[in-house]
Amino acid sequence: MSPIISVSNLSKTYGSGFKALNNINLDIVKGEIFALLGPNGAGKTTLISIICGIANPSQGKILVDGHDIASDYRAARSMIGLVPQELHTDAFETVWATVSFSRGLFGKPKNPAHIEKVLKDLSLWDKKDNKIVTLSGGMKRRVMIAKALSHEPQILFLDEPTAGVDVELRKGMWEVVRGLQAAGVTIILTTHYIEEAEEMADRIGVINKGEIVLIENKASLMQKLGKKQLTLHLQSKLDAVPPALAAYNLELSGDGRAVTYDYDTKGDRTGITSLLSDLRNAGIRISDLDTKQSSLEDIFVSLVRAP
Amino acid sequence: MNYRAIRAIYLFEMARTWRTLLQSIVSPVVSTSLYFVVFGAAIGSRITQVEGVSYGTFIVPGLVMLSVLTQSISNASFGIYFPKFVGTIYEILSAPISYYEIVIGYVGAAATKSIILGLIILATAGLFVPLHINHPIWMLTFLVLTAVTFSLFGFIIGIWADGFEKLQMIPMLVVTPLTFLGGSFYSVNMLPSGWRTLTLLNPVVYLISGFRWSFYEIADVSVALSLGVTIGFLVVCMAAVAWIFKTGYRLKN
Repeated sequence: MSPIISVSNLSKTYGSGFKALNNINLDIVKGEIFALLGPNGAGKTTLISIICGIANPSQGKILVDGHDIASDYRAARSMIGLVPQELHTDAFETVWATVSFSRGLFGKPKNPAHIEKVLKDLSLWDKKDNKIVTLSGGMKRRVMIAKALSHEPQILFLDEPTAGVDVELRKGMWEVVRGLQAAGVTIILTTHYIEEAEEMADRIGVINKGEIVLIENKASLMQKLGKKQLTLHLQSKLDAVPPALAAYNLELSGDGRAVTYDYDTKGDRTGITSLLSDLRNAGIRISDLDTKQSSLEDIFVSLVRAP
Repeated sequence: MNYRAIRAIYLFEMARTWRTLLQSIVSPVVSTSLYFVVFGAAIGSRITQVEGVSYGTFIVPGLVMLSVLTQSISNASFGIYFPKFVGTIYEILSAPISYYEIVIGYVGAAATKSIILGLIILATAGLFVPLHINHPIWMLTFLVLTAVTFSLFGFIIGIWADGFEKLQMIPMLVVTPLTFLGGSFYSVNMLPSGWRTLTLLNPVVYLISGFRWSFYEIADVSVALSLGVTIGFLVVCMAAVAWIFKTGYRLKN
Protein backbone atom coordinates (compact mmCIF):
# COMPACT_ATOMS: atom_id res chain seq x y z
CA MET A 1 0.00 0.00 0.00
CA SER A 2 1.35 3.40 -0.90
CA PRO A 3 2.01 5.70 2.04
CA ILE A 4 -0.17 8.77 2.58
CA ILE A 5 2.87 10.74 3.71
CA SER A 6 6.30 9.97 2.43
CA VAL A 7 9.30 11.85 3.80
CA SER A 8 12.63 11.19 2.14
CA ASN A 9 16.10 12.45 3.00
CA LEU A 10 14.73 15.39 4.92
CA SER A 11 17.18 17.65 6.69
CA LYS A 12 16.72 21.00 8.35
CA THR A 13 19.43 23.33 9.50
CA TYR A 14 18.37 26.57 11.13
CA GLY A 15 20.00 29.89 10.36
CA SER A 16 21.87 29.63 13.64
CA GLY A 17 23.60 26.52 12.29
CA PHE A 18 21.61 24.18 14.54
CA LYS A 19 20.81 20.96 12.72
CA ALA A 20 17.27 20.13 13.83
CA LEU A 21 16.66 17.23 11.46
CA ASN A 22 19.19 14.92 9.90
CA ASN A 23 18.24 12.80 6.89
CA ILE A 24 14.77 11.75 8.01
CA ASN A 25 13.04 8.98 6.06
CA LEU A 26 9.52 8.17 7.14
CA ASP A 27 6.39 6.71 5.58
CA ILE A 28 3.00 7.12 7.19
CA VAL A 29 0.39 4.52 6.27
CA LYS A 30 -3.11 5.66 5.39
CA GLY A 31 -5.53 5.26 8.25
CA GLU A 32 -3.03 4.56 10.99
CA ILE A 33 -2.33 6.34 14.22
CA PHE A 34 1.37 7.03 14.25
CA ALA A 35 3.03 8.21 17.42
CA LEU A 36 6.24 10.15 17.20
CA LEU A 37 8.08 9.90 20.46
CA GLY A 38 11.08 11.85 21.51
CA PRO A 39 12.51 14.02 24.24
CA ASN A 40 12.14 17.80 24.15
CA GLY A 41 14.15 19.33 21.34
CA ALA A 42 14.40 16.08 19.40
CA GLY A 43 12.91 17.63 16.25
CA LYS A 44 9.29 16.45 16.47
CA THR A 45 7.75 19.88 16.01
CA THR A 46 10.24 20.86 13.31
CA LEU A 47 9.34 17.75 11.32
CA ILE A 48 5.62 18.48 11.60
CA SER A 49 6.13 22.14 10.76
CA ILE A 50 7.94 21.27 7.56
CA ILE A 51 5.32 18.75 6.44
CA CYS A 52 2.58 21.32 7.10
CA GLY A 53 4.34 24.16 5.28
CA ILE A 54 5.20 26.32 8.29
CA ALA A 55 8.94 25.89 7.95
CA ASN A 56 11.08 25.38 4.88
CA PRO A 57 13.17 22.23 4.63
CA SER A 58 16.89 22.59 3.95
CA GLN A 59 16.92 19.38 1.96
CA GLY A 60 14.68 16.49 1.05
CA LYS A 61 11.32 15.71 -0.43
CA ILE A 62 7.90 15.20 1.08
CA LEU A 63 4.87 13.76 -0.66
CA VAL A 64 1.38 13.95 0.81
CA ASP A 65 -0.85 11.43 -0.97
CA GLY A 66 1.46 11.79 -3.95
CA HIS A 67 1.44 15.60 -3.94
CA ASP A 68 4.78 17.30 -3.47
CA ILE A 69 4.47 19.77 -0.58
CA ALA A 70 6.53 22.35 -2.43
CA SER A 71 5.26 22.23 -6.01
CA ASP A 72 1.73 21.01 -5.33
CA TYR A 73 1.22 22.63 -1.94
CA ARG A 74 -2.47 23.37 -2.42
CA ALA A 75 -3.45 19.73 -2.88
CA ALA A 76 -1.05 18.61 -0.14
CA ARG A 77 -2.05 21.16 2.47
CA SER A 78 -5.78 20.94 1.92
CA MET A 79 -5.60 17.34 3.15
CA ILE A 80 -3.91 18.24 6.41
CA GLY A 81 -5.27 19.54 9.68
CA LEU A 82 -2.73 20.74 12.22
CA VAL A 83 -3.10 21.19 15.95
CA PRO A 84 0.10 22.86 17.10
CA GLN A 85 1.58 22.43 20.51
CA GLU A 86 1.22 26.02 21.66
CA LEU A 87 -2.21 27.53 22.21
CA HIS A 88 -2.24 30.12 19.44
CA THR A 89 -5.68 31.67 19.31
CA ASP A 90 -7.36 34.89 18.29
CA ALA A 91 -8.39 35.97 21.76
CA PHE A 92 -11.19 38.33 20.73
CA GLU A 93 -12.88 36.10 18.19
CA THR A 94 -15.77 33.85 19.09
CA VAL A 95 -15.36 30.10 18.91
CA TRP A 96 -17.80 29.90 16.01
CA ALA A 97 -16.08 32.66 14.04
CA THR A 98 -12.59 31.29 14.45
CA VAL A 99 -13.59 27.74 13.48
CA SER A 100 -15.54 29.01 10.46
CA PHE A 101 -12.55 31.16 9.49
CA SER A 102 -10.34 28.07 9.38
CA ARG A 103 -12.75 26.32 7.06
CA GLY A 104 -12.76 29.29 4.70
CA LEU A 105 -8.99 29.55 4.82
CA PHE A 106 -8.74 25.98 3.58
CA GLY A 107 -11.01 26.83 0.68
CA LYS A 108 -14.01 24.82 1.76
CA PRO A 109 -17.55 26.12 1.18
CA LYS A 110 -19.55 27.05 4.24
CA ASN A 111 -21.05 24.12 6.08
CA PRO A 112 -22.58 25.12 9.41
CA ALA A 113 -23.81 21.57 9.99
CA HIS A 114 -20.25 20.23 9.91
CA ILE A 115 -18.95 22.94 12.23
CA GLU A 116 -21.81 22.24 14.58
CA LYS A 117 -20.92 18.55 14.63
CA VAL A 118 -17.25 19.25 15.30
CA LEU A 119 -18.08 21.63 18.14
CA LYS A 120 -20.53 19.16 19.65
CA ASP A 121 -18.04 16.28 19.41
CA LEU A 122 -15.52 18.38 21.30
CA SER A 123 -18.10 19.57 23.87
CA LEU A 124 -17.71 23.17 22.72
CA TRP A 125 -21.22 23.73 21.40
CA ASP A 126 -22.45 25.71 24.40
CA LYS A 127 -19.36 27.93 24.12
CA LYS A 128 -19.75 28.71 20.44
CA ASP A 129 -20.59 32.38 20.98
CA ASN A 130 -17.98 32.93 23.69
CA LYS A 131 -14.84 34.87 22.96
CA ILE A 132 -11.81 32.63 23.10
CA VAL A 133 -10.16 34.81 25.73
CA THR A 134 -12.87 33.72 28.20
CA LEU A 135 -12.14 30.01 27.79
CA SER A 136 -10.00 27.77 29.96
CA GLY A 137 -6.76 26.26 28.68
CA GLY A 138 -8.36 22.88 28.03
CA MET A 139 -11.17 24.49 26.06
CA LYS A 140 -8.70 26.51 24.00
CA ARG A 141 -6.93 23.28 23.18
CA ARG A 142 -10.23 21.86 21.94
CA VAL A 143 -10.87 25.01 19.89
CA MET A 144 -7.54 24.39 18.18
CA ILE A 145 -8.63 20.83 17.41
CA ALA A 146 -11.99 22.11 16.13
CA LYS A 147 -10.18 24.54 13.81
CA ALA A 148 -8.07 21.71 12.44
CA LEU A 149 -11.15 19.52 11.90
CA SER A 150 -13.25 22.31 10.42
CA HIS A 151 -12.06 21.60 6.89
CA GLU A 152 -12.47 17.83 7.04
CA PRO A 153 -8.80 16.85 6.73
CA GLN A 154 -7.67 13.39 5.69
CA ILE A 155 -4.59 13.69 7.85
CA LEU A 156 -4.48 15.15 11.33
CA PHE A 157 -1.34 16.23 13.12
CA LEU A 158 -1.58 16.51 16.88
CA ASP A 159 1.54 18.05 18.34
CA GLU A 160 1.65 17.21 22.04
CA PRO A 161 -2.13 17.26 22.24
CA THR A 162 -2.35 16.37 25.90
CA ALA A 163 0.31 18.65 27.32
CA GLY A 164 -1.30 20.39 30.27
CA VAL A 165 -4.64 18.69 29.75
CA ASP A 166 -6.46 16.98 32.61
CA VAL A 167 -7.26 13.27 32.66
CA GLU A 168 -10.95 13.64 31.88
CA LEU A 169 -10.31 15.85 28.88
CA ARG A 170 -7.54 13.57 27.69
CA LYS A 171 -9.97 10.65 27.63
CA GLY A 172 -12.47 12.69 25.65
CA MET A 173 -9.77 13.69 23.23
CA TRP A 174 -8.76 10.11 22.61
CA GLU A 175 -12.36 9.22 21.94
CA VAL A 176 -12.47 11.87 19.26
CA VAL A 177 -9.22 10.57 17.80
CA ARG A 178 -10.54 7.00 17.73
CA GLY A 179 -13.69 8.25 16.01
CA LEU A 180 -11.61 10.04 13.39
CA GLN A 181 -9.55 6.95 12.75
CA ALA A 182 -12.74 4.96 12.30
CA ALA A 183 -13.78 7.55 9.71
CA GLY A 184 -10.55 6.91 7.80
CA VAL A 185 -8.46 9.85 9.00
CA THR A 186 -4.73 9.25 9.38
CA ILE A 187 -3.41 10.61 12.65
CA ILE A 188 0.12 11.56 13.56
CA LEU A 189 0.68 12.56 17.14
CA THR A 190 3.76 13.56 19.00
CA THR A 191 4.09 13.03 22.66
CA HIS A 192 6.61 12.45 25.32
CA TYR A 193 4.12 10.50 27.38
CA ILE A 194 4.93 6.92 26.53
CA GLU A 195 1.66 5.57 27.96
CA GLU A 196 -0.18 7.63 25.38
CA ALA A 197 1.71 6.12 22.50
CA GLU A 198 1.28 2.72 24.04
CA GLU A 199 -2.45 3.21 24.40
CA MET A 200 -3.25 4.94 21.13
CA ALA A 201 -0.77 4.21 18.40
CA ASP A 202 -0.65 1.54 15.72
CA ARG A 203 2.97 2.34 15.00
CA ILE A 204 5.61 4.12 16.96
CA GLY A 205 8.57 6.12 15.77
CA VAL A 206 11.26 7.38 18.08
CA ILE A 207 13.15 10.52 17.14
CA ASN A 208 16.20 11.78 18.96
CA LYS A 209 18.62 14.56 18.11
CA GLY A 210 17.02 15.02 14.72
CA GLU A 211 17.25 11.39 13.69
CA ILE A 212 14.69 8.62 13.56
CA VAL A 213 16.12 5.90 15.74
CA LEU A 214 13.28 3.40 15.58
CA ILE A 215 10.05 2.72 13.70
CA GLU A 216 8.02 -0.30 14.72
CA ASN A 217 4.52 -1.65 14.89
CA LYS A 218 3.37 -1.23 18.42
CA ALA A 219 2.34 -4.90 18.56
CA SER A 220 5.75 -6.20 17.52
CA LEU A 221 7.43 -3.68 19.75
CA MET A 222 5.36 -4.95 22.65
CA GLN A 223 6.24 -8.50 21.63
CA LYS A 224 9.88 -7.65 21.93
CA LEU A 225 9.04 -6.11 25.20
CA GLY A 226 7.28 -9.28 26.33
CA LYS A 227 10.20 -10.11 28.58
CA LYS A 228 9.46 -10.12 32.26
CA GLN A 229 11.68 -10.38 35.25
CA LEU A 230 10.85 -12.25 38.42
CA THR A 231 12.64 -11.24 41.58
CA LEU A 232 12.60 -13.64 44.52
CA HIS A 233 13.54 -12.29 47.92
CA LEU A 234 15.16 -14.94 50.07
CA GLN A 235 14.67 -15.64 53.76
CA SER A 236 18.36 -16.28 54.32
CA LYS A 237 21.50 -15.06 52.62
CA LEU A 238 22.84 -17.14 49.75
CA ASP A 239 26.54 -17.16 48.86
CA ALA A 240 26.13 -18.68 45.41
CA VAL A 241 23.39 -20.11 43.23
CA PRO A 242 23.37 -23.89 43.76
CA PRO A 243 24.56 -25.84 40.68
CA ALA A 244 21.25 -27.68 40.57
CA LEU A 245 19.60 -24.41 39.54
CA ALA A 246 22.16 -23.45 36.86
CA ALA A 247 19.70 -24.08 34.01
CA TYR A 248 17.58 -21.10 35.10
CA ASN A 249 20.38 -18.55 34.66
CA LEU A 250 19.52 -16.94 37.94
CA GLU A 251 21.26 -13.79 38.95
CA LEU A 252 22.16 -13.32 42.58
CA SER A 253 21.91 -9.85 44.04
CA GLY A 254 24.93 -8.19 45.62
CA ASP A 255 23.74 -8.79 49.17
CA GLY A 256 22.87 -12.41 48.40
CA ARG A 257 19.29 -12.01 49.57
CA ALA A 258 17.52 -12.01 46.19
CA VAL A 259 17.69 -13.79 42.86
CA THR A 260 16.24 -12.60 39.55
CA TYR A 261 14.90 -14.78 36.76
CA ASP A 262 14.17 -13.59 33.21
CA TYR A 263 11.30 -15.22 31.33
CA ASP A 264 9.15 -14.65 28.30
CA THR A 265 5.43 -14.22 28.85
CA LYS A 266 4.79 -15.07 25.20
CA GLY A 267 6.61 -18.44 25.51
CA ASP A 268 4.82 -21.80 25.89
CA ARG A 269 6.37 -22.34 29.27
CA THR A 270 7.62 -19.67 31.57
CA GLY A 271 9.46 -22.12 33.78
CA ILE A 272 8.23 -20.43 36.93
CA THR A 273 6.53 -23.47 38.42
CA SER A 274 9.54 -25.72 38.05
CA LEU A 275 11.86 -23.00 39.31
CA LEU A 276 9.82 -22.64 42.47
CA SER A 277 9.73 -26.38 43.14
CA ASP A 278 13.47 -26.72 42.40
CA LEU A 279 14.15 -23.90 44.83
CA ARG A 280 12.17 -25.70 47.51
CA ASN A 281 14.03 -28.93 46.79
CA ALA A 282 17.29 -27.04 47.21
CA GLY A 283 16.04 -25.85 50.60
CA ILE A 284 15.85 -22.21 49.63
CA ARG A 285 12.92 -20.42 51.23
CA ILE A 286 11.30 -17.35 49.77
CA SER A 287 10.05 -14.38 51.77
CA ASP A 288 8.58 -12.29 48.93
CA LEU A 289 8.45 -12.01 45.19
CA ASP A 290 7.73 -9.40 42.53
CA THR A 291 7.65 -9.28 38.76
CA LYS A 292 8.51 -6.45 36.43
CA GLN A 293 7.71 -5.93 32.76
CA SER A 294 10.04 -3.87 30.66
CA SER A 295 7.95 -1.07 29.14
CA LEU A 296 8.15 1.17 26.13
CA GLU A 297 9.66 3.62 28.50
CA ASP A 298 12.64 1.33 29.10
CA ILE A 299 13.33 0.85 25.42
CA PHE A 300 12.78 4.56 24.84
CA VAL A 301 15.20 5.55 27.54
CA SER A 302 17.80 3.06 26.32
CA LEU A 303 17.40 4.37 22.76
CA VAL A 304 17.70 8.04 23.51
CA ARG A 305 20.47 7.60 26.07
CA ALA A 306 22.64 5.54 23.76
CA PRO A 307 25.70 7.54 22.70
CA MET B 1 -7.23 30.88 -6.81
CA ASN B 2 -8.51 30.07 -3.35
CA TYR B 3 -11.14 32.80 -3.31
CA ARG B 4 -12.69 31.48 -0.13
CA ALA B 5 -9.41 31.93 1.70
CA ILE B 6 -8.99 35.49 0.43
CA ARG B 7 -12.54 36.20 1.51
CA ALA B 8 -11.93 34.63 4.93
CA ILE B 9 -8.83 36.73 5.56
CA TYR B 10 -10.44 39.88 4.20
CA LEU B 11 -13.58 39.50 6.31
CA PHE B 12 -11.55 38.56 9.36
CA GLU B 13 -9.52 41.75 9.03
CA MET B 14 -12.58 43.89 8.35
CA ALA B 15 -14.26 42.37 11.43
CA ARG B 16 -11.28 43.53 13.43
CA THR B 17 -11.95 47.08 12.19
CA TRP B 18 -15.55 47.07 13.31
CA ARG B 19 -14.47 45.63 16.65
CA THR B 20 -12.00 48.44 17.12
CA LEU B 21 -14.11 51.12 15.51
CA LEU B 22 -13.07 53.82 17.93
CA GLN B 23 -9.40 53.29 17.24
CA SER B 24 -9.69 52.62 13.51
CA ILE B 25 -12.11 55.28 12.36
CA VAL B 26 -13.13 57.67 15.08
CA SER B 27 -9.70 58.67 16.32
CA PRO B 28 -8.27 59.65 12.91
CA VAL B 29 -11.41 61.66 12.19
CA VAL B 30 -11.08 63.49 15.50
CA SER B 31 -7.42 64.27 14.94
CA THR B 32 -8.11 65.51 11.41
CA SER B 33 -10.85 67.76 12.69
CA LEU B 34 -8.31 69.20 15.12
CA TYR B 35 -5.99 69.98 12.20
CA PHE B 36 -8.83 71.88 10.54
CA VAL B 37 -9.58 73.85 13.66
CA VAL B 38 -5.92 74.72 14.27
CA PHE B 39 -4.55 75.12 10.74
CA GLY B 40 -7.71 75.91 8.85
CA ALA B 41 -9.53 78.23 11.19
CA ALA B 42 -6.95 79.66 13.58
CA ILE B 43 -3.79 79.98 11.47
CA GLY B 44 -5.46 79.76 8.07
CA SER B 45 -7.46 82.91 8.66
CA ARG B 46 -4.15 84.84 8.68
CA ILE B 47 -3.06 83.30 5.39
CA THR B 48 -5.03 84.71 2.52
CA GLN B 49 -4.77 82.22 -0.30
CA VAL B 50 -2.41 79.60 -1.68
CA GLU B 51 -2.30 79.40 -5.45
CA GLY B 52 -5.79 80.76 -5.75
CA VAL B 53 -7.61 78.70 -3.12
CA SER B 54 -8.22 79.49 0.52
CA TYR B 55 -5.70 77.93 2.93
CA GLY B 56 -8.29 75.76 4.67
CA THR B 57 -9.39 74.33 1.34
CA PHE B 58 -5.80 73.96 0.17
CA ILE B 59 -4.75 71.63 3.00
CA VAL B 60 -7.68 69.19 2.60
CA PRO B 61 -6.01 66.82 0.07
CA GLY B 62 -2.79 66.84 2.11
CA LEU B 63 -4.67 66.00 5.29
CA VAL B 64 -6.56 63.18 3.63
CA MET B 65 -3.28 61.80 2.29
CA LEU B 66 -1.63 62.15 5.69
CA SER B 67 -4.32 59.94 7.25
CA VAL B 68 -4.48 57.50 4.35
CA LEU B 69 -0.71 57.02 4.40
CA THR B 70 -0.34 56.52 8.12
CA GLN B 71 -3.48 54.43 8.50
CA SER B 72 -2.63 52.18 5.55
CA ILE B 73 0.74 51.47 7.08
CA SER B 74 -0.52 50.91 10.59
CA ASN B 75 -3.51 48.80 9.51
CA ALA B 76 -1.50 46.52 7.28
CA SER B 77 1.56 46.25 9.50
CA PHE B 78 -0.53 45.43 12.54
CA GLY B 79 -2.72 43.05 10.55
CA ILE B 80 0.18 40.75 9.68
CA TYR B 81 2.36 41.46 12.72
CA PHE B 82 -0.30 40.45 15.22
CA PRO B 83 -0.75 36.84 13.97
CA LYS B 84 3.03 36.56 14.00
CA PHE B 85 3.11 37.88 17.55
CA VAL B 86 0.37 35.63 18.97
CA GLY B 87 1.35 32.66 16.80
CA THR B 88 -1.87 32.28 14.81
CA ILE B 89 0.21 32.77 11.65
CA TYR B 90 0.76 28.99 11.74
CA GLU B 91 -2.69 28.52 10.31
CA ILE B 92 -2.17 30.96 7.45
CA LEU B 93 1.13 29.31 6.55
CA SER B 94 -0.29 25.80 6.68
CA ALA B 95 -3.36 26.64 4.60
CA PRO B 96 -3.61 25.80 0.90
CA ILE B 97 -3.19 29.40 -0.21
CA SER B 98 -0.57 31.18 -2.24
CA TYR B 99 1.40 34.13 -0.99
CA TYR B 100 -0.42 36.40 -3.37
CA GLU B 101 -3.74 35.37 -1.93
CA ILE B 102 -2.46 36.12 1.57
CA VAL B 103 -1.33 39.56 0.40
CA ILE B 104 -4.60 40.27 -1.39
CA GLY B 105 -6.53 39.39 1.77
CA TYR B 106 -4.47 41.44 4.21
CA VAL B 107 -3.53 44.35 1.97
CA GLY B 108 -6.99 44.48 0.44
CA ALA B 109 -8.58 44.82 3.86
CA ALA B 110 -6.06 47.41 5.06
CA ALA B 111 -6.48 49.45 1.88
CA THR B 112 -10.27 49.23 2.08
CA LYS B 113 -10.16 50.59 5.59
CA SER B 114 -7.96 53.52 4.73
CA ILE B 115 -9.99 54.36 1.62
CA ILE B 116 -13.15 54.43 3.71
CA LEU B 117 -11.31 56.53 6.25
CA GLY B 118 -10.04 58.91 3.56
CA LEU B 119 -13.56 59.42 2.27
CA ILE B 120 -14.89 60.00 5.78
CA ILE B 121 -12.20 62.60 6.41
CA LEU B 122 -13.03 64.24 3.10
CA ALA B 123 -16.66 64.43 4.13
CA THR B 124 -15.66 65.80 7.53
CA ALA B 125 -13.51 68.44 5.80
CA GLY B 126 -16.55 69.45 3.76
CA LEU B 127 -18.16 70.53 7.01
CA PHE B 128 -15.35 72.99 7.72
CA VAL B 129 -14.36 74.39 4.34
CA PRO B 130 -15.86 74.65 0.84
CA LEU B 131 -14.62 71.77 -1.32
CA HIS B 132 -14.67 71.09 -5.01
CA ILE B 133 -13.25 68.11 -6.83
CA ASN B 134 -12.39 68.78 -10.46
CA HIS B 135 -11.37 65.25 -11.39
CA PRO B 136 -13.22 62.78 -9.15
CA ILE B 137 -12.01 59.75 -11.11
CA TRP B 138 -8.37 60.82 -10.75
CA MET B 139 -9.00 61.66 -7.12
CA LEU B 140 -10.21 58.09 -6.51
CA THR B 141 -7.37 56.66 -8.59
CA PHE B 142 -4.75 58.44 -6.49
CA LEU B 143 -6.58 57.52 -3.30
CA VAL B 144 -6.77 53.82 -4.17
CA LEU B 145 -3.21 53.66 -5.52
CA THR B 146 -1.84 55.33 -2.42
CA ALA B 147 -3.88 53.18 -0.05
CA VAL B 148 -2.79 49.97 -1.79
CA THR B 149 0.85 51.01 -2.08
CA PHE B 150 1.21 52.03 1.54
CA SER B 151 -0.75 49.03 2.77
CA LEU B 152 1.79 46.89 0.94
CA PHE B 153 4.54 48.94 2.53
CA GLY B 154 2.91 48.40 5.93
CA PHE B 155 2.63 44.68 5.24
CA ILE B 156 6.39 44.60 4.64
CA ILE B 157 7.03 46.47 7.88
CA GLY B 158 4.75 44.06 9.73
CA ILE B 159 6.72 41.09 8.47
CA TRP B 160 10.06 42.72 9.13
CA ALA B 161 9.19 43.87 12.64
CA ASP B 162 10.08 41.48 15.43
CA GLY B 163 8.85 43.72 18.21
CA PHE B 164 6.31 46.44 18.80
CA GLU B 165 9.05 49.03 18.82
CA LYS B 166 10.10 48.25 15.28
CA LEU B 167 6.48 48.22 14.25
CA GLN B 168 6.17 51.85 15.31
CA MET B 169 9.64 52.97 14.27
CA ILE B 170 9.25 53.36 10.50
CA PRO B 171 5.86 55.12 10.66
CA MET B 172 7.06 57.43 13.43
CA LEU B 173 10.56 58.20 12.25
CA VAL B 174 10.21 58.04 8.49
CA VAL B 175 6.67 58.29 7.24
CA THR B 176 5.28 61.01 9.50
CA PRO B 177 8.20 63.41 8.87
CA LEU B 178 8.11 62.74 5.14
CA THR B 179 4.39 63.43 5.09
CA PHE B 180 4.67 66.66 7.05
CA LEU B 181 7.56 67.78 4.88
CA GLY B 182 5.81 66.55 1.74
CA GLY B 183 3.59 69.54 1.26
CA SER B 184 0.51 68.59 3.29
CA PHE B 185 0.28 72.05 4.74
CA TYR B 186 2.05 74.16 2.14
CA SER B 187 2.86 74.37 -1.51
CA VAL B 188 6.40 73.35 -2.41
CA ASN B 189 6.56 76.56 -4.45
CA MET B 190 6.41 78.52 -1.20
CA LEU B 191 9.84 77.15 -0.19
CA PRO B 192 13.21 78.78 -0.96
CA SER B 193 14.74 77.17 -4.03
CA GLY B 194 17.39 75.13 -2.16
CA TRP B 195 14.78 73.51 0.08
CA ARG B 196 12.56 73.05 -2.89
CA THR B 197 15.10 70.88 -4.69
CA LEU B 198 15.63 68.83 -1.54
CA THR B 199 11.90 68.40 -1.05
CA LEU B 200 11.59 66.93 -4.52
CA LEU B 201 13.52 63.90 -3.25
CA ASN B 202 10.62 63.17 -0.92
CA PRO B 203 8.27 60.67 -2.61
CA VAL B 204 5.31 61.87 -0.57
CA VAL B 205 5.46 65.22 -2.40
CA TYR B 206 4.40 63.46 -5.59
CA LEU B 207 1.50 61.68 -3.95
CA ILE B 208 0.10 64.81 -2.37
CA SER B 209 0.72 66.92 -5.43
CA GLY B 210 -1.12 64.53 -7.72
CA PHE B 211 -3.95 64.15 -5.27
CA ARG B 212 -4.28 67.90 -4.84
CA TRP B 213 -4.27 68.39 -8.59
CA SER B 214 -7.34 66.13 -8.88
CA PHE B 215 -9.14 68.57 -6.59
CA TYR B 216 -8.01 72.04 -7.66
CA GLU B 217 -5.80 71.52 -10.71
CA ILE B 218 -2.87 72.99 -8.83
CA ALA B 219 0.25 70.87 -8.54
CA ASP B 220 3.87 71.14 -7.44
CA VAL B 221 5.00 68.63 -10.03
CA SER B 222 3.41 67.30 -13.19
CA VAL B 223 0.55 64.86 -12.78
CA ALA B 224 2.24 62.26 -14.96
CA LEU B 225 5.28 62.37 -12.69
CA SER B 226 3.06 62.01 -9.62
CA LEU B 227 1.38 58.99 -11.09
CA GLY B 228 4.71 57.55 -12.20
CA VAL B 229 6.31 57.87 -8.76
CA THR B 230 3.26 56.36 -7.05
CA ILE B 231 3.18 53.39 -9.39
CA GLY B 232 6.96 53.07 -9.12
CA PHE B 233 6.73 52.78 -5.34
CA LEU B 234 3.91 50.26 -5.73
CA VAL B 235 6.12 48.11 -7.96
CA VAL B 236 9.01 48.32 -5.47
CA CYS B 237 6.73 47.19 -2.65
CA MET B 238 5.35 44.33 -4.74
CA ALA B 239 8.87 43.18 -5.56
CA ALA B 240 9.79 43.29 -1.87
CA VAL B 241 6.73 41.21 -0.93
CA ALA B 242 7.54 38.69 -3.67
CA TRP B 243 11.06 38.39 -2.31
CA ILE B 244 9.81 37.96 1.26
CA PHE B 245 7.59 35.09 0.30
CA LYS B 246 10.10 33.49 -1.98
CA THR B 247 12.71 33.31 0.74
CA GLY B 248 10.36 32.84 3.70
CA TYR B 249 12.04 35.84 5.33
CA ARG B 250 10.95 36.24 8.96
CA LEU B 251 8.07 33.84 8.35
CA LYS B 252 9.30 30.34 7.76
CA ASN B 253 12.48 30.06 9.74
